[in-house]
Amino acid sequence: MSVILVFLAVIAGFAGWWLSHQRLMAKPWLEQGMAGDYVGFDRSALPTAKIGLGVFLAVVGCLFSLFTSAYFMRMGLSDWRPLPLPRLLWLNTGVLVLSSVALQCAVIAARRGQIDMARLGLATAGLTALAFLAGQLMAWRQLTEDGYLLASNPANSFFYLITAMHGLHILGGLIGLGRTSASAWSGARPQRLSLSVELCAMYWHFLLFVWLCIFAVLAGWAATFIDICRQLLT
Amino acid sequence: MVDVTPADAVPPAEVGEVELYHPHSWWTKYVFSQDAKVIAIQYSATATSIGLVALVLSWLMRLQLGFPGTFDFITPEAYYQFITVHGMIMVIYLLTALFLGGFGNYLIPLMVGARDMVFPYVNMLSYWIYLLAVLVLVSSFFAPGGPTGAGWTLYPPQAIMSGTPGGQDWGIILMLSSLILFIIGFTMGGLNYVVTVLQGRTRGMTLMRLPLTVWGIFTATVMALLAFPALFVACVMMLLDRMLGTSFFMPAIVEMGEQLQHNGGSPILFQHLFWFFGHPEVYIVALPAFGIVSDLISTHARKNIFGYRMMVWAIIAIGALSFVVWAHHMYVSGMNPYFGFFFATTTLIIAVPTAIKVYNWVLTLWRGDIHLTIPMLFALAFIVTFVNGGLTGLFLGNVVVDVPLSDTMFVVAHFHMVMGVAPILVIFGAIYHWYPKVTGRLLDETLGRFHFWVTFVGAYLIFFPMHYLGLMGVPRRYAELTDMTIMTESAHHLNSFISIMAFIVGFAQMVFLFNLIWSIRHGREAGGNPWRATTLEWQTPQTPPAHGNFGKELPIVYRWAYDYSVPGAKEDFIPQNVPGAFAPSREPA
Repeated sequence: MSVILVFLAVIAGFAGWWLSHQRLMAKPWLEQGMAGDYVGFDRSALPTAKIGLGVFLAVVGCLFSLFTSAYFMRMGLSDWRPLPLPRLLWLNTGVLVLSSVALQCAVIAARRGQIDMARLGLATAGLTALAFLAGQLMAWRQLTEDGYLLASNPANSFFYLITAMHGLHILGGLIGLGRTSASAWSGARPQRLSLSVELCAMYWHFLLFVWLCIFAVLAGWAATFIDICRQLLT
Repeated sequence: MVDVTPADAVPPAEVGEVELYHPHSWWTKYVFSQDAKVIAIQYSATATSIGLVALVLSWLMRLQLGFPGTFDFITPEAYYQFITVHGMIMVIYLLTALFLGGFGNYLIPLMVGARDMVFPYVNMLSYWIYLLAVLVLVSSFFAPGGPTGAGWTLYPPQAIMSGTPGGQDWGIILMLSSLILFIIGFTMGGLNYVVTVLQGRTRGMTLMRLPLTVWGIFTATVMALLAFPALFVACVMMLLDRMLGTSFFMPAIVEMGEQLQHNGGSPILFQHLFWFFGHPEVYIVALPAFGIVSDLISTHARKNIFGYRMMVWAIIAIGALSFVVWAHHMYVSGMNPYFGFFFATTTLIIAVPTAIKVYNWVLTLWRGDIHLTIPMLFALAFIVTFVNGGLTGLFLGNVVVDVPLSDTMFVVAHFHMVMGVAPILVIFGAIYHWYPKVTGRLLDETLGRFHFWVTFVGAYLIFFPMHYLGLMGVPRRYAELTDMTIMTESAHHLNSFISIMAFIVGFAQMVFLFNLIWSIRHGREAGGNPWRATTLEWQTPQTPPAHGNFGKELPIVYRWAYDYSVPGAKEDFIPQNVPGAFAPSREPA
């Protein structure tokens, strides 16, 4: 359970940092009136939607940390036979990076009000994300053809389970991206569009980060890394 | 040191008014409503309905335990199904949904001075997915093989084997699917509760001016958002084990002389995941109760809450600590004794902030102007019950005491006291307290007092003897206790007595339900602020609050939520939105 505990420690760090700015030492029973200096503490200047997405991403991060925790715990048992990762995953990773980059371009364009560039970025991001999903399905197919079936070994089970979970999150993101694109083409207010594109980009970058982490875990680098750390410590 | 600014020095709002969704038809106003108040009522009604099912199931269990062998239809399989569904409904579909979905939705926007939740559409979806989860759970009663009988903890391997009711039928599949749906729905709602507290607060409502109810619900929601994914992961993996033959949790196992295809999985892994959710869940239910009870005590004792800052810090501390105690549910799983030592220590540490809260409640009551209204009665009953259940928790938190007691009725008595009866008492108190705001009428006083005394005394008569049964060694989870040497005649009598009490207490809840429905039409008119309380929900221009909560202008907050009996003030309470300075209510520097 160490992965999830580390993740929660990070969350706790954020929460602690935020709380430390909230005047928890205040003595509210002595403070009446509407003194100007409390007002700054009312709420964050960030758009509410961004904060909502941030909280949601913490939950998603929690979910994948738990899968990883379970992965490491199950890995220690004797029947674990690691599966060779298909090379296609490298290509898929590249495509997903491309998708994130395209969306970042769309963000910059939307901020500058270049609606055509924003549309281009959104379309590229959507298509590359679809290509990523197709690539993942092909990787699954390669593995099943090579005889690495879902139930034949826990390493396989985890591979399919975690990639499927990640894919489902991308799929969910595509719905949001679709709505954003629809508003980009129907001519939404630039400010509003810019916010939606930024939200998409935030989600995309996070899922890219999650993918890089789970790729490292599934490929076994993470385990090697932890082993090295452990040896250094002991 | 008293910081006073004239009322006209109100800084302009930093964030403009939100665009509020306005319903256009009956359907969008009352059914597919995006108004948090309607969603709250929908959540509460659904939770109460499914809670009634759980109540009936507990009666059926008590029939079997109190009068074994008398009722032919209660087979051992049926008994296990009753236990499982009763536990699952009570913990998740009733308590979690009612505290967060019900009270959270109703109170957060009103108490922080917002017009609605920040994402009303997502909030509406949250309810409908919750309803779907409940329906999936109920449908398992009608599925072939009936609901699962794996116990509310759903431990593998037994949960998905043919010896357990529903293990190889639909029961377990529907249970797991229902939980997955619940978690998805809850996450949608939870995002709203958290972000509304962060971003929806009106001007002047700093975090340290929030009523403790909001602090409790807020912290519990943050915990739930981080803890429920563990249950989600466990459910998904068990569903794969059951349906696609993977071996996440299932070891190599022989069933009825037949080698199953599973191999090498770890049931302990499931226990870790389950309790990583399961222990925070206790506090997810308890923290809103702590918050609400603080407000009830302060309001009905006409005194400011003692140690507000400590209360807030304790809520945060309990929330954080509850994530590092989960394995105290697993002392009997054969884990490394050093782990046991670590988790026993953290478990006992968590008693410190909890004890601080209890002291502060008692000190709030000290020399207060205590009105023994029904909400106050329930709040007082909560303190007593919580202390009782908490003390047995200290017993069970120690490995050496837990190991012999773990499989006995002592544990049943402990957790029913601390997370069954105690939070339910708060829920009742809160309903008597806020019902006038929701309907504009007070609940009937006589019926209420009858309900309180029967519930409170009855709950003690049910669960107190259970401790003794447990100390005698009477095991839990057994459908038949007749042929055991442990079961002396007096133990049987005690069991019958407990059962009869359970029926009486259950009956009192019917009286309460009648009161709830009857008083909508016939209750005494309450007016806007019958308890003369300070928090914003009592200051709305209409009662029940209209769509948008606060009329044309959002209130501005000038003080904390506990200005009761302030010296020099005209009345014995000063609402949070009243400007002007009075002498500080208490003088500890």
